[in-house]
Order: sequence, then structure tokens, then C-alpha cells
Amino acid sequence: MNKPLIRLQSVSKTYSDKPILQNISMEINKGEITTIIGPNGAGKSSLIRIILGLITPDQGTIEKSANLTVGYMPQKVNIDPTLPISTCRFLQLANTSHQECHKALDLVGIPEVKDTPFHKLSGGEMQRALLARSILRKPNLLVLDEPVQGVDFSGQNELYGLIGELRSSLNCGIVMVSHDLHLVMSATDHVICLNHHICCQGKPEQVTQDPAYLDIFGETALYNHQHNHQHSLQGKVLDADGNHQHGEGCQHD
Amino acid sequence: MIDFLLYALLAGLGVAAVAGPLGCFVVWRRMAYFGDTLAHSALLGVALGVLLNIDLGIAVTAVCLLMALGLVALEQQGVLALDTLLGILSHSALAAGLVVISLLSDIRVDLMSLLFGDLLSVTTADLWVIYTGAGVAIVLLATLWKSLISITVEPELAEVEGINVARVRTALMLITALVIAIAMKIVGVLLITALLIIPAATARRISATPESMAVIASLTAMVSVISGLAASWYIDTPAGPSIVISATLLFCLSLSFKQNG
Repeated sequence: MNKPLIRLQSVSKTYSDKPILQNISMEINKGEITTIIGPNGAGKSSLIRIILGLITPDQGTIEKSANLTVGYMPQKVNIDPTLPISTCRFLQLANTSHQECHKALDLVGIPEVKDTPFHKLSGGEMQRALLARSILRKPNLLVLDEPVQGVDFSGQNELYGLIGELRSSLNCGIVMVSHDLHLVMSATDHVICLNHHICCQGKPEQVTQDPAYLDIFGETALYNHQHNHQHSLQGKVLDADGNHQHGEGCQHD
Repeated sequence: MIDFLLYALLAGLGVAAVAGPLGCFVVWRRMAYFGDTLAHSALLGVALGVLLNIDLGIAVTAVCLLMALGLVALEQQGVLALDTLLGILSHSALAAGLVVISLLSDIRVDLMSLLFGDLLSVTTADLWVIYTGAGVAIVLLATLWKSLISITVEPELAEVEGINVARVRTALMLITALVIAIAMKIVGVLLITALLIIPAATARRISATPESMAVIASLTAMVSVISGLAASWYIDTPAGPSIVISATLLFCLSLSFKQNG
């Protein structure tokens, strides 16, 4: 087994006395798609930012493989409409040539928008353009923050299909954030269910059977709580009496 | 042509050239209030310059640069919203400047020329200062251009792609401070931001790339300087405000163009 691209060990992060991430250990391997799911405010974005090196954790260690090149697809890019920039030019900010930008736009299926002003792209085109920029530097780790946000249902399926293809064509590790596991199921190898701590993790079919997952997401409806621990509004783990309790799916100490 | 008019024209054109590209960043990054804050602190620079008996240009530039660095540091603390911080700094610096000036009872400081510029009294020494400052600013902007565009579009993406966002942002703040310090002579403290943002806003209508917008903004600012000075010469209006009015008229004219891109 190769060394993981990146390995987090017991990483914790606190914002103004509020623990956002507690004791997170995970690793991302080459050729593997890891999906982080969790409710709003669960710390998904903070975890992504720690993996990207944009913020440093208060505790814990991060090991990166020596040749790590990261491609990042942010949730959203807000360009002021006063900044005139074409989609192709937006891609070229990643330090690449014109031809490579065209190739990347072809690959994500939107070659026709290369001269369109970036701020005029539709939601789906914007996500594809952001994905195109993330692969321009030939990354071996792709970090995708809610890659299908604002995309309609059939577009979501296409995008996940595309991400799956990128995994094999770039031979890279992929970590992405998602709200909805059902859609990502087929496109992911490893799922981490996050609510400040890692509630449970494993293969998608395992995770969907895990009481901790069912507790947060339910079988059909989201946020249908019925598992071995409860979360307070702040995401703290509580037992039936409202006190902290540890259960099987709960990996922190 | 009469010397002072030529000097005024050269000074105005020098500042206009750099106001174009810099003004674009002020517009793109919504830094107009930042420009105002630095401009207001320039008055404090003048007051301190008189008090300590050092060259006013140096004093103003130093205060502007320090103010910019202070803002960068305060912004990173993230305790207050940026516009609140700017409001506090801007008005306390302006008030402090006015108080210190009033205390210097034996020296008369021409407040009007500080507030509205004194383009027609530009000297050869002023020209040197303006062209050196504008030259440094343009070279820095050109060198950092790609990084500046990248952090303006999306700072986190830029950081992941290897740009030191904090350093580039600080550089932009310092360049802004430098340009404001030299532009004060042209249009005065109150109108500097106008010289930065109005030509850039005008250029937006007819630009499809960041570069063309920067160049067109420079040209627009230069035309504003020429027509403002002409108005000042022929109908005897104050030079600085006339330049700003010319820029505004050009902006109104640009509204008749269809937005490009």
C-alpha cells in the first residue's frame, strides 16, 4: 500500500471557545474518493480548509506526501461584476496556457463558454468551470467543496460521473463535501460522517447501515434523530438526559 | 505655454496614468472607503510634517503608509467589521489632523488647497516626487498584476495555488497609500477617491478584459485632467474639482455604451 496523500491525526480546531472539530483522524489515498457528509455547521468546511492548509488546527498533526499537488474547487466564487474576465481567462489564473484551458473546458463539457464573462455563467456552468480550474495544475489530490451546489438533478448525476472519471484519468485522490449521501453513494469509496467529531466512517453501504449515520440523516428524511447519541443545537453529543455520552459510532474520547 | 500650466498638466497626467489601474482594483475589491480613510489621514501627515518641520510630502506618504499597515493588521484581527474600522480610523485621523493644525497657531496651513488640491502651484520638485511615486506604483502593479487579479477573483483559490495572499494584499494597500499621498497635490484630500473610481467605472462599460479596463481607465483619467485644466484655464474654476467633474461627465457619456462583457 502506498503512503496516503495526506493523513490527519487527532486534529482539533476551536473557534472562540466553540469546538468545531474534535479529534479528527483520517487519510486520503491515491485513486480513492472520500466524501465528507454532515449537517450544516458540522465543521465540513473547516475540515476542508485544514486539508488545504488554509487554516492550521489547534491540535493534532497533518502529514502530507512529498509530491502533493492540490486542486481546489471552492463552493462558490463571487466575482464582482465590475471585473471583466472571461471564463478562459479565469482558468488561466491557475498559470496555464490557452490550449490547456480549452482542453479542460472540453473535458468538463462546456467548451462553448470559453469567451463568456465568468460572472454570467449559469449555476451548472460555474460549477463545471470551477472543476476545470481545479484540475489544471495536474493535482494528485482534488478537494471539492460541495461540487454540485446549485446544479439540477440530472446535472448532479453528470457531475458526479465526471468526478469519477477524473479520479481514474488523473489517478488522484479526491475528497469532497456533500449534503446528500444518496446521490454520492455510487461515486464514492469512503464516507466520513461528520458532526464536529467523526460519527462514523466506512464504505457507503456500511455507513448507511450505521446507527450514527441513520441518527443524523435517517433512512429517507434528513436529520431524523434516533441513534445512540443525540446532538445539541451546538452539535455536542448528548444522551437522553441531555448529558454527554459516548456510543459505538462515536469515535472521540 | 505658460510654465505653471505645463507643470500642472504633467503632474495631472502622471497621477492619472497610475490612477487608472489602481482605481480598477479599488472598484473590483470595493476599497473606495479604504481610499477615503487613507486620504483623510493625509491631513494628519501634513500637520505632523509642519509640527516636526519635515518635508510635507514625506510626512504625508509616511502617515499614509503607516495607516495602510495598521489597517492590514487590524483587519486580520477580525474583531470589527472592516467598514467600522475604516470609519473609526478615517475620522479620528481627520479630526487629529485638524486639531494639530489648529494648534500650530504661528504657521498658516492652507486648508483649502489640502482639501481640494493645488494643481496650479506644482513645482519641478513636486513633479519629481509625482513621477517617482507614480513610476514605482506602476512598476509594482505590473509586476504583481497576475497575483493581484488572482487574489481579487478568489483569495482562497489563489492561496491554494501558491500565492502568498497576505503579502500581495499588503502590497496593494501600500501602493494605494503611496498613490493617494502623491495624488493629494492634484485633487486634494476630499476628491482623491473620485479620481480613482470614476475613470475605472467609466472604463468598465467598454472593457472586456482586466487589462483593457486598466488602460482605458488611465486614458479616461488623463482626458479628465486635460479637460479639467482647460476648464480651469478658460472659465477660471478650481482645477481639482474641475477634473473630477470632467471625469463624471465622461462617466455619464459611457452610460450610453452597451456594457461589454
